Amino acid sequence: MGTIEKIAGPLVVAKQMLGSNMYDVVRVGDAKLIGEVIQLRKDKAIIQVYEDTTGLRPGETVTTTGLPLSVELAPGILGKIYDGVQRPLDSIEKKSGSFIGKGIEVSPLDKKKKWKFTSTAKKGVHISEGSIIGHVQETELIKHYIMVPKGVEGTLERIKEGSFTIEEEIAVVRGKSKSHSLNMIQRRAVRIPQGFKSKFRSAEPLVTGQRVVDTFFPVAKGGTAAVPGPFGSGKTVIQHQLAKYSDADIVVYVGCGERGNEMTEVLVEFPHLLDPKTNKPLIERTVLIANTSNMPVAAREASIYTGITLAEYFRDMGYNIALMADSTSRWAEAMREMSARLEEMPGEEAYPAYLPKRLAEFYERAGKVESRNGKVGSITVIGAVSPAGGDTSEPVSQGTLRVTKVFWALDASLASSRHFPSINWLNSYSLYLGSFHEWYVKNVGEMFPENRQNAMKLLQHEAELKDIVQLVGADALPDTERVVLEVGRMIREDFLRQSAFDQIDAYTSLEKQKLMLDNILYFGKRADEAAKRGVPADKITSMKVRGEISRMKEWIEKDAEASAKKVRAGIDAEFDALVREEAVAAK
Amino acid sequence: MNLEIEYKTIESVAGPLVVVKQVRNASYNEIVRINMTNGESRLGQVLETGEGYAVVQVFGPTNGINIDKTSVTFLGDTFRFGVSEQMFGRVFNGQGKPIDVKADVAYEEKFDVNGEPINPVSRTLPSDFIETGVSAIDGLITLVRGQKLPIFSGSGLPHNELAAQVAKQARVKGSSEHFAVVFAGIGITYDDATFFINEFKKTGSLSRTVAFINLADDPSIERILTPRIALTTAEFLAYRKGYHVLVILNDMTNYAEALRELASAREEVPGRRGYPGYMYTDLASIYERAGIIRNGKGSITQLDVVTMPGDDVTHPIPDLTGYITEGQIFLSRDLANRGIYPAINPLGSLSRLMNNGIGAGKTREDHRGVADQLYGAYAKAQDAKNLSSVVGAEALSEADKTYLKFGEDFEKRFIGQGRDENRSVEDTLNIGWDLLSYLKEEDLNRIKKEYIARYYKKQ
Repeated sequence: MGTIEKIAGPLVVAKQMLGSNMYDVVRVGDAKLIGEVIQLRKDKAIIQVYEDTTGLRPGETVTTTGLPLSVELAPGILGKIYDGVQRPLDSIEKKSGSFIGKGIEVSPLDKKKKWKFTSTAKKGVHISEGSIIGHVQETELIKHYIMVPKGVEGTLERIKEGSFTIEEEIAVVRGKSKSHSLNMIQRRAVRIPQGFKSKFRSAEPLVTGQRVVDTFFPVAKGGTAAVPGPFGSGKTVIQHQLAKYSDADIVVYVGCGERGNEMTEVLVEFPHLLDPKTNKPLIERTVLIANTSNMPVAAREASIYTGITLAEYFRDMGYNIALMADSTSRWAEAMREMSARLEEMPGEEAYPAYLPKRLAEFYERAGKVESRNGKVGSITVIGAVSPAGGDTSEPVSQGTLRVTKVFWALDASLASSRHFPSINWLNSYSLYLGSFHEWYVKNVGEMFPENRQNAMKLLQHEAELKDIVQLVGADALPDTERVVLEVGRMIREDFLRQSAFDQIDAYTSLEKQKLMLDNILYFGKRADEAAKRGVPADKITSMKVRGEISRMKEWIEKDAEASAKKVRAGIDAEFDALVREEAVAAK
Repeated sequence: MNLEIEYKTIESVAGPLVVVKQVRNASYNEIVRINMTNGESRLGQVLETGEGYAVVQVFGPTNGINIDKTSVTFLGDTFRFGVSEQMFGRVFNGQGKPIDVKADVAYEEKFDVNGEPINPVSRTLPSDFIETGVSAIDGLITLVRGQKLPIFSGSGLPHNELAAQVAKQARVKGSSEHFAVVFAGIGITYDDATFFINEFKKTGSLSRTVAFINLADDPSIERILTPRIALTTAEFLAYRKGYHVLVILNDMTNYAEALRELASAREEVPGRRGYPGYMYTDLASIYERAGIIRNGKGSITQLDVVTMPGDDVTHPIPDLTGYITEGQIFLSRDLANRGIYPAINPLGSLSRLMNNGIGAGKTREDHRGVADQLYGAYAKAQDAKNLSSVVGAEALSEADKTYLKFGEDFEKRFIGQGRDENRSVEDTLNIGWDLLSYLKEEDLNRIKKEYIARYYKKQ
């Protein structure tokens, strides 16, 4: 037990701390604030405190718990909203009302609730860390496997079945030197990645229902994506859309240093929204971690680790997890703030020199792995970045882009003309495309990869032509090229643009995406032919069927195929008429 | 622990910082009183505390502080500010002392000016539409109760007029609940302060206004305190007394500069452009105090003025503000120069909570579509304008000419309005439809067909 020597903001120096370990969790002062040892100097410990230190005085006591910053893992996590150090915000509310008080100790999980435990491991088998001994049906969607915690290995001597709280004994393991009594809880230190048997490359995309993502810049299940963009470019809306509609089994959403109202929005919406795959409320597969911008900055630093550790736990059960981190820049800023208070030598833009390493370590915890028990699961990490002034040459963006494989470049000018999602199609990239080829051919359509390629080429061509138009006006272009401009516009406005607020448009299945793109490209093909046969571009760019194409977004999923046929017939009919007219006029 | 202890052991004074030695365990953020030899006293706050010393930041000038004779009393508590409903109609300085002639105000309760973070689960999602009577805001950047929406402006642009107009006209449709304004002038000129006070008097709204004025020549360190006192007052009025409070913080740029001044006095490692690395967190501790809580009746809506140095939106102050607030109202020098008031450029503007506050039953069912279409068309009008400046208006296609005309009239009729003109949201949307009717029906691709059938006027 030591005493406080100095306090400056979230940083506390305590003396007589011999015996405490690096990264131990400590309780600081009479208010018992939560802190973590981040430096040791002889008998002094430098502590970052996860709560507001106002009112703390030198001389007050500091006690170490002897444990690193950890999360508690057992049934009851799904649907919860935690702060950065895994305190449930609803339990905090019960203790301190609408405003978050200090030194509040609450259990991360409900210790009274009984869960129906079904055992699957047989008495007498040899088990070790990660082995599955049974499961609990946590929500309708998720079977929560109970795994053997770290440090336990031996013969399963006894296993129970029935209803238990997470603290009650469910099994006994006879180890080499002693017996272990197991309940459903295990603790994992958040800063240490969880081990696994093997890691491999994923050849399957995370299907998100967002057209620009799925068709143009997909991310792999187990992959990493970065979303940098200036404020107002729609980072949060994209993150919310992916949290709602991606085909992950479980979503971990980390609101790191962002707006309070945004977290409230998720809390209000998710219980009512249904997962398109399973038709169950989204909240049943979601865990939220909210450390908003006005909550203590040190806990913001921890929130990212808390999130990824929860994700790893479910990954080890064989689930596909999508983790959204909004925003990693705030996490980096929290690091910078602590670094400055430690008087470390500043690196670029005053960020600590170890920033790129921390970013890389975080993103490397993503991936598709075979865990110790043989189950295959994945963590996809999608990190928002908020670069100062929207300029991605800053250290957080650069450090992130070096380790992520998908880059969704958000564009302020698209956002200001209300083209959402404002992902710029010319600057963004996905390095997974090549490895998805087979998957697309098998699951979407043989022509899909090629059509995607053609659409991309058209957009590139359109961009080049637009540069010319800016100089000389559209009239100077030949009709075949003016037609390209029109088809480019269609891809942009009628395909890439997608409203998150429209019930139907918010989610588009891959099947419907394929049909929409097919129709636009078909229009392009007919338009090109017509222009070559002398139909004036003005007539093509004012065709009635354009209206039908712009409303393809409104197709109901189950009627998509019929609707697509109808529009295609409309395209044929109108072009046939135009070509006929032209032929008559030519005579 | 409310023990007052007096020390005469000042070791150094530099800028706004005073280091006191031989202090026994001052608490972090504790408030101190500095007793001058001439009988005056000033307030300060502990920024860093250790065994036997404390670093104190003085709210006010440090002239007259004497190492020998000046004493420092540690008050044993954090900065708590007394608030009451009797503050309505009164004007205070940046530290919360009355500066109108009248007597002191009796307080009902005292609160820590730093407040506490609202628990996200205790918030109610803001969704009540506030009609400001300004078309550009109501139609395109809709403000809702509990939102924080800054005005991004520049020197010489009409942000004061706009803020005053919104304060005067703002109301929630069909509600007569009590409404209050808390005005915090942060480093503003005497002229601007008088403008607001007169404006409140003229419209009779002074009686439901509490004003805090830190003038440009008042101590800049006091500016750290002013918005916090104002928000503490607002929280009391909203959550204890059930008022719907509109807080105007004018101007947050001066606040951020005071923050930088303090950081440099403390010899901290500077971040971008000399502003401290924790400025995001610090600004958030102010802006995030807007909102509605489930267990309270009232609400706090913030309209913060941020003047962008050099009209540069990427400057750290507007940049970090934009990352915290729920959108921004962007004033454009170009529109102002062309005599269009309120000079709001919709293309740089945004209201993140707009969607919760509009639509059938709130404004009108076509609102979302009309707003999106107007945005899209105005963006195209800008493209057409750029093109015409290169190739000449004659060489434009028919479609581009239409958009050009749309753009001009949109600026004149939709954005432009009088300083006392109070338009209903229906009027605003109808003007929008007048303008959209310049376009072809097939080009209205952001509006549902049924609304086009109902509102579109064929030319």
